[in-house]
Amino acid sequence: MADSRPDPDALLASLQYEEARIQRGRLKVFFGMCPGVGKTFAMLRAAQKEIHDGLEAVVGVVETHGRAETEALLAGLPVVPRKQIAYRGVTLTEMDLEGILARRPPLVLVDEFAHTNAPGSRHAKRWQDVVELIEAGINVYTTLNVQHLESRADAVRQITGAPVHETVPDSVLDLADELELVDLTPEALLERLSEGKVYIGDRAAAAQENFFKEAHLTALRELALRFTAERVDRQLRRMNIGTVRRTVWRSGERLLVAVGPSPFSTQLVRWTRRLAAALGAPWVALYVEPSKPLSPDAQRLLDKNLALARELGAEIVLTHDDDVAAALVRIALLQNATQIVVGKPRGRSLFGSLFGGTLVDRLLQLGGAIDICVVPGEERKKHRFRPDWAVQSSAPEYIAALVTVAVVTLASWFLDGVISYRSVGLIYLLVVIVLGLRIGRGPVLFAGILAASAWDYFFIPPRFTFVIESLEDMMVYAATIGAALVAGQLTARIRAQGRNERLREERATALFQLTRALAEAKTLDEGVFAALRQADELFSVQTSLALADEAAGGLSPHFAGSYPLDERERGVAEWAFSNRRRAGRFTDTLPGSVGYYVPLVRDERAVGVLGVKAPKESDLTLAQRDLIDVFARQLALIVEREQLREVGDREKLLAESEKLHRALLDSVSHELRTPLAVITGALETLGSPLSGESDALLAEMRTAARRLNRLVGNLLDQTRLESGTLKPRLDWCDPHDLVNAAVAGVQDALAGRPFEVAIPDDMPPIRADFGLMEQVLANLLINAALHTPEGSAIFLAAGIESGGRRAYFTVADRGPGFPPAMRERLFKKFERGDAAKAGGLGLGLSIVRGFVAAQSGEIVLGPNPGGGAVFTIYLPHVAPQTPPPE
Amino acid sequence: MTTPAQQTVLVIDDEVQIRRFLHLTLEAAGYRVHEADTGQLGLGEAAACQPDGIVLDLGLPDLDGISVLRRLREWAQTPVLVLTVRDSEEQKIAALDAGADDYLTKPFSGRELLARLRAILRRSQHAHEPAMVAFGDIEVDLAARIVRRAGAEVKLTAKEYALLRLLVQHRGRVVIHRQILRELWGPHAEESTHYLRVQMTHLRKKLEADPHQPKHLKTEAGIGYRLVET
Repeated sequence: MADSRPDPDALLASLQYEEARIQRGRLKVFFGMCPGVGKTFAMLRAAQKEIHDGLEAVVGVVETHGRAETEALLAGLPVVPRKQIAYRGVTLTEMDLEGILARRPPLVLVDEFAHTNAPGSRHAKRWQDVVELIEAGINVYTTLNVQHLESRADAVRQITGAPVHETVPDSVLDLADELELVDLTPEALLERLSEGKVYIGDRAAAAQENFFKEAHLTALRELALRFTAERVDRQLRRMNIGTVRRTVWRSGERLLVAVGPSPFSTQLVRWTRRLAAALGAPWVALYVEPSKPLSPDAQRLLDKNLALARELGAEIVLTHDDDVAAALVRIALLQNATQIVVGKPRGRSLFGSLFGGTLVDRLLQLGGAIDICVVPGEERKKHRFRPDWAVQSSAPEYIAALVTVAVVTLASWFLDGVISYRSVGLIYLLVVIVLGLRIGRGPVLFAGILAASAWDYFFIPPRFTFVIESLEDMMVYAATIGAALVAGQLTARIRAQGRNERLREERATALFQLTRALAEAKTLDEGVFAALRQADELFSVQTSLALADEAAGGLSPHFAGSYPLDERERGVAEWAFSNRRRAGRFTDTLPGSVGYYVPLVRDERAVGVLGVKAPKESDLTLAQRDLIDVFARQLALIVEREQLREVGDREKLLAESEKLHRALLDSVSHELRTPLAVITGALETLGSPLSGESDALLAEMRTAARRLNRLVGNLLDQTRLESGTLKPRLDWCDPHDLVNAAVAGVQDALAGRPFEVAIPDDMPPIRADFGLMEQVLANLLINAALHTPEGSAIFLAAGIESGGRRAYFTVADRGPGFPPAMRERLFKKFERGDAAKAGGLGLGLSIVRGFVAAQSGEIVLGPNPGGGAVFTIYLPHVAPQTPPPE
Repeated sequence: MTTPAQQTVLVIDDEVQIRRFLHLTLEAAGYRVHEADTGQLGLGEAAACQPDGIVLDLGLPDLDGISVLRRLREWAQTPVLVLTVRDSEEQKIAALDAGADDYLTKPFSGRELLARLRAILRRSQHAHEPAMVAFGDIEVDLAARIVRRAGAEVKLTAKEYALLRLLVQHRGRVVIHRQILRELWGPHAEESTHYLRVQMTHLRKKLEADPHQPKHLKTEAGIGYRLVET
């Protein structure tokens, strides 16, 4: 194959698979062909080994069935006590899911993956508990028999004849990171059975006995082995995606299966899942909705079949058409399906009579390049659902039919003699045809029979008998009833089509109105309110909405909801929210709740939950739920958009205020600087001695001007620090130069007190920003001068630490020092020492710390031995290169 | 060109107070002063009155000072002293690179201003450098390449002498690191400022009374060095 590069889509899918797998807990399934092969035993032994290796493991639920070897292995494992559930006077025990989730052990053992939970549990099935556990990041060991696999259940039933009630969808098994086959030969198993080592169970013992026949066991074993082999094959392929060996892949397969309201469809769905899994192909389940409405029973069976297909990993597509074959081919082309799976027709089908060929014939004729896969059906008791016409015609139409026929009869009675009784027959015929256009099939038929009978009784000689003598009269009689039949049939079909058309239009309109309500609103609240009211009206339900609230760390109800979430409903909503899956009524999770909860999910993140509460007696149809799901997606989009907008607004506001803040400080300091420059310049120029008094005053003015200068400088430095525009220019600096520059700037402040500088003569240049370091030292010196008694000494020292990795500068004083509790606070903006004299903004130290940090250094405040405080600045140091020799 | 009184200085600054202060200070020192409050007007004035020196504020409202300098240098070599604010080493270096002769950081005293101005005006006055320059107790004989301190000859290495000569030639004015490094070690050494620190330490030890508190070989923070004569 020329193209041997990995397919990007496949690679992406593989990556997503990896990603999802890492976040989840690991699921390991001990898989066997039938009870008694030692799955629980193998699971416990694996757990004991983990514990031996130092991992913690707890028992969620394990059935030992009284087997001594198994019980011995269970010893020493901590067990989470089971939950008691009272159900119809019986106390049942179930695994305590909440307890395990709260305990969050690294590994939990959950026996019998396919178990059905007692009513009232959170999930209908134990496998759903397990999915929740691994999604919470907990590793799970579990056990499973091949007969409990959804896609193999039919095969097992065919082999053993025993019905399988508890099944696990294959898609769930795809979540398993490891599948360990616990294998035993049928002979060995039968031997164990005869030794009484295998628990059969007391219920349905007869069926079980039938189960354990050698031939059956061999077949079951083959099933289990084959399933495992297929899985290994798939894993191999998944690994291959990363490499370039692509020639072995069969790519591009996509299956389409037609699903209808029949039990046979269930088999068809499972069969397709098996084929899809074997091919590694995606598959689509299609329901072609005909014009004829389905009875409630059929609707339920259809819902069940579609739900099964969804569970097994199919994509569900609904379409409307009376021509099933044409619809199948149309959707197959749209979905790029390569194979269409249909059931083998049994005897003459409806399609055969209607379209002059069976569905398969028509598919072969229309299908072109698409493979048609025909699956043999199983002979079962006939399970056909009749279209439910009765629902459309109602009593008023029957009354209308009766009255019309009565009126016509009365009118014709008066016309008797004017026209012949045969013409009266034609009037009846006409009336029936006209009626056929107006009323349903039943009433028209009723009208036809009534009209024919009335004509016969009142007009055809011999009158007032039902006897018809002439062949011609007989024909008109039959034609009237025939016309009623045909007209009724036609009308019914037109009406049904119209109804479907209306439904589809309603659906489109509903969606349009909902999205328009959301899109047109100026605020989120307004839009959500309008949309929810629309939804209430369209579905005749009550709705509720809760949105993610980061501040509260959960869900907070939105005011637009039309029913309040009580404690219990809120719990369901929160489950749907945190698991990002539908929950509540019509689902398998907490189906006992009042509402149906759909999470609003955007990019793997739930932003809220939509709750829908339908009246108790009414069901939401699949189409309605579909619409609600679409609506939830729209809502999620809007909510996310709003959230993004809010974040954007906040950031913009922040940036604006930052800008304003900077501009203000900039202009203030500029405005201060110019007059200050003039004052300082003028004062310096006026240095000439006038008189003693004037000299002192001049000196005072100079000091004041310098202080103002420093203040403006500090304000500007703080602005530079906060605006984040401070970029230190590190260069080699002579420490003597640095200290000289800093001291020169604060000469006036240091005047009149002992000041000592100690820098080693041979101190090498250090890496620093000269300007920043000068400012840092100047600020520390000023602080020392301001906050210590006049005349007390100040010391400045510098050097390289003994390791040669850090250069340091210290500024020490003999002032009161600082209590340890105050030391950290002191570096904050506008913080001043408790003993500080009046004056100063408290910016000095905050600037010092900012400048030092900008040069990757740190500043430490400590006590000075002998009294006072010491500020020490550390800067990273590397010895400079020596210049090249001359 | 006999007395400084006839020298003309152009002040380009947008702040009227600063202009007035400079005007007073300069006139008192015997200069003729012209003023301009924008960069455009300043360039026009420079062309019209042919000043001997220009005092240019880098923070102008219309053209920034650096652009004014560049445009001026296209046709005139008039000495320029730029006025800047604190914390703008980059701007100072940019200005010196663009052809400014020296800079002064606001706030400054009138004396400082006059000293700087004198130093830069001297550059254009002396067509030929004097062979002998003295400051403090140091004498530098540029022709004979001899340095004396209090009459006694001081032995300098070649690099030390080169550094001193550069500063002496530009005495009173700032010489930026890059220029020194380029002249002493070549263009590839422009970033190796630590060489310079070491040389300067040696030179100060040989020439300054207190090498850690130099009186003549001054450091200009983050910019370069300056030889101060008094």
